[in-house]
Amino acid sequence: MLGAAALIPVGYVVQVAFEMGWQQLAELVFRPRVGELLVNTVLLVVLGVPLTVVLGVGGAWLVERTALPARRLFAVLLVVPLTIPAFVASYGWASAIPSINGLGGGLLVAVLAYYPLVYLPALAALRGLDPALEESARSLGMGSWAVFLRVVLPQLRLAMLGGGLVVALHLLAEYGAFAFLRFETFTTAIVIAYQASFAGPNAAALGVVLALLCFVVLLVEATARGRLRYARVGGGSPHPAPRLGLGRTTPLVVVALVALAVASSVVPLVSVIRWALVTDAASWAPVVEATVQTLLLAIGGAIAALAVALPAAWLSARYPGRIARTLEGAYYFASSLPAIIVALALVTVTLHVLPGLYQTVATVIAAYVVIFLPRALVSVRAGIAQVPETLEEAARSLGTSPFVAKLRVTGPLLLPSIAAGGALVALGAANELTATLLLAPTGTQTVATGFWAAASAVDYPAAAPYAITLVLLSIPAVALMLAQVKARRTP
Amino acid sequence: MSLQLTDVSKSFGRLGVLDAVSIDVPRGARLAVVGASGSGKSTLLRIIAGFERPDAGTVVLDGRTLSGAGADVPAHRRGIGYVAQDGALFPHLTVARNIAFGIRRRPDRTRRVREVMELASLDPQLADRYPHQLSGGQQQRVALARALALEPSVILLDEPFSALDTGLRAHTRAAMVDALERSGVTTVLVTHDQEEALSFGHQIGVIADGRLVQSGQPSEVFDAPVDAEIAEFLGDVVMVPAEAAGDAQAMCAFGCLEVRHDRSGGAARVCAMLRPSQLRVDDAAEGGNATVVGMRPAGSTAELRLRLGAAEIPVEVTHRLPLHEASRFRPGSTVTVDVDGGVVLYPATALRSRGDVAEPAPAA
Repeated sequence: MLGAAALIPVGYVVQVAFEMGWQQLAELVFRPRVGELLVNTVLLVVLGVPLTVVLGVGGAWLVERTALPARRLFAVLLVVPLTIPAFVASYGWASAIPSINGLGGGLLVAVLAYYPLVYLPALAALRGLDPALEESARSLGMGSWAVFLRVVLPQLRLAMLGGGLVVALHLLAEYGAFAFLRFETFTTAIVIAYQASFAGPNAAALGVVLALLCFVVLLVEATARGRLRYARVGGGSPHPAPRLGLGRTTPLVVVALVALAVASSVVPLVSVIRWALVTDAASWAPVVEATVQTLLLAIGGAIAALAVALPAAWLSARYPGRIARTLEGAYYFASSLPAIIVALALVTVTLHVLPGLYQTVATVIAAYVVIFLPRALVSVRAGIAQVPETLEEAARSLGTSPFVAKLRVTGPLLLPSIAAGGALVALGAANELTATLLLAPTGTQTVATGFWAAASAVDYPAAAPYAITLVLLSIPAVALMLAQVKARRTP
Repeated sequence: MSLQLTDVSKSFGRLGVLDAVSIDVPRGARLAVVGASGSGKSTLLRIIAGFERPDAGTVVLDGRTLSGAGADVPAHRRGIGYVAQDGALFPHLTVARNIAFGIRRRPDRTRRVREVMELASLDPQLADRYPHQLSGGQQQRVALARALALEPSVILLDEPFSALDTGLRAHTRAAMVDALERSGVTTVLVTHDQEEALSFGHQIGVIADGRLVQSGQPSEVFDAPVDAEIAEFLGDVVMVPAEAAGDAQAMCAFGCLEVRHDRSGGAARVCAMLRPSQLRVDDAAEGGNATVVGMRPAGSTAELRLRLGAAEIPVEVTHRLPLHEASRFRPGSTVTVDVDGGVVLYPATALRSRGDVAEPAPAA
């Protein structure tokens, strides 16, 4: 049941497209304004993704494969932007440089906020790379640059494509950051249309185009990936990879990395703290209540997502087949749709089918499940795959029924990955803005929506406590992600 | 009263894995099933354990039908212990709690855990350790103790020593055979290691391509393998073309030898199989029947390559002997090769598949 609910947004888009018919859809879509939005959105993705890939891969390579000074510090500094939601970063930049706006501003803020999404998988891939490959390449007479270009970079292709895909989807889905900088994309336009006429035909038509863009991005990534598989052939002996000395370029590289850290983390954080300093105790009071509500919603979302993820992950890990693959693919596709479309779909479905659920906690939690399900799925499935089936068989041969065997053996062993998956969902939900704005019951305010209410009313000081809370709420999730990457030692 | 498998067959999709296998293991006996990887031996074990269902045939234990003939007793109600290849110890439980896993409702479980740990020669101090703090051999013995704790009527061992280092292997095997001996439980071991199978117990079954091709006492099976392939599989062989000379004698490059078993089935052309340990090489006082064509030291032993006979097809055999003895021989010198004990005859087709050069196959 819950599993099918995760597919509602996909169904919604298809249904809207069919119901409207080509005529009405064309009328709503082929307008100069939509053309403008399309240019903005496409430019954002086409320029933004390569920039994040360069920053992410470059950063990971410098940290992992060169003799960069203080590289442990830089390894952490480069993920710090993930703790700052993009809409908080744009608020920070806008209060530092009030004139920042448009495509340039949007690109600046989004690239600085999202490059860690490439950095983390690139770091993981580099750590998993057998150093013997690089050593062999060197012994075959390749210089440092040749090794990087012809051996390391091709091995990072999967990480680059995966990270680039995630960045592209984030760029398509981001509302707060761009709305704040008065940069119009499909997502911001849909929210405006929604505020004007709810889930009317205008918002729905724009939604169909946005969903199509998502589909194009997924298609491009899938085509580029093709049948790419990089298996590690042979174990190799565990030893650290050779590090490249940076020589005279060292100061230059350090300055560049420091500049990156300042722009992506220090500027937003300092702005936030500066505003927080001019607040009084009274402006902190609503934050406490918002935090409690946020935590309740986030934990509810995590539990619901795990309830869907556990059986689905079980199916795909233990009984891999066409059904499991199709189901999983559908989940990933549903969650790659922007939160605004998920929200539109749930608004439409609740209004037409289950009016009792409109603007209730249940709808918000359903949205969190759809948006963050893959986080739980990936974690739980990896956990299940790591518990050998022979353990359950051993338990059965010791007189334990299959169900009790799962409970006593697989259950306890799965706990860490269930906890990690749940935490990632909860922390994602705690920062979610777009869907929460549209779906939350009247009077419910999360930290994110509270921040948004204050910041979009240009009450910068009142927004600061919310911003600080958002950053604090994000730290555990980012720490968890970094730990998962770092655990990937060269085996 | 025993474990009886009758005509057990199993296929996965179109791939036949087991073909009408019948085995009878008397109560308290130890059976070793040996076969190459992919021969279906693990599937056989998993059918007995109840993890897989046979397509046809029955599994009966002490008169109770477990599989087939409408019965399908689930694994946890069979009272059959199972020790997996890697031990499959529960990583989140200590040794004591692993062993007590199946008997946690028994009031005397603490005593029982102590008992089986002693039976499996496990130091009582290991009780509070976690599996990852144990050596591979200890892990296997804990897995055995865990299975024995329930006092099953049958214990199944699925290649339990294959993941261990050579040194640990012999030691662990001795400890486990000892524990099984003392508990008197019926045991089925599957392995791809013929030495392990030959030394494990009372019975050996050879499985190839899903069929049980030979079974019996280990010494009998080793002495008279039903075909040349099994002979090779069970140990190093020397195989030479031969001619039946009547009266249980055969003529070959080594001279006229006694035939222990004739497995040629009346083939027109036959070959003789003997074990390298039957060869005796000596300096030729006069004449001699072989020439040393090469020598290669290999640690404490040396491999002597010998060319035999003046026949139209000269036969080369490789003979391994201690290094200090090998130093007596020089390439080119003439030697006498004698054979202790008789030979087993097989159809000559066995030779062709070996490339017509008689050389002992290395033990798997």
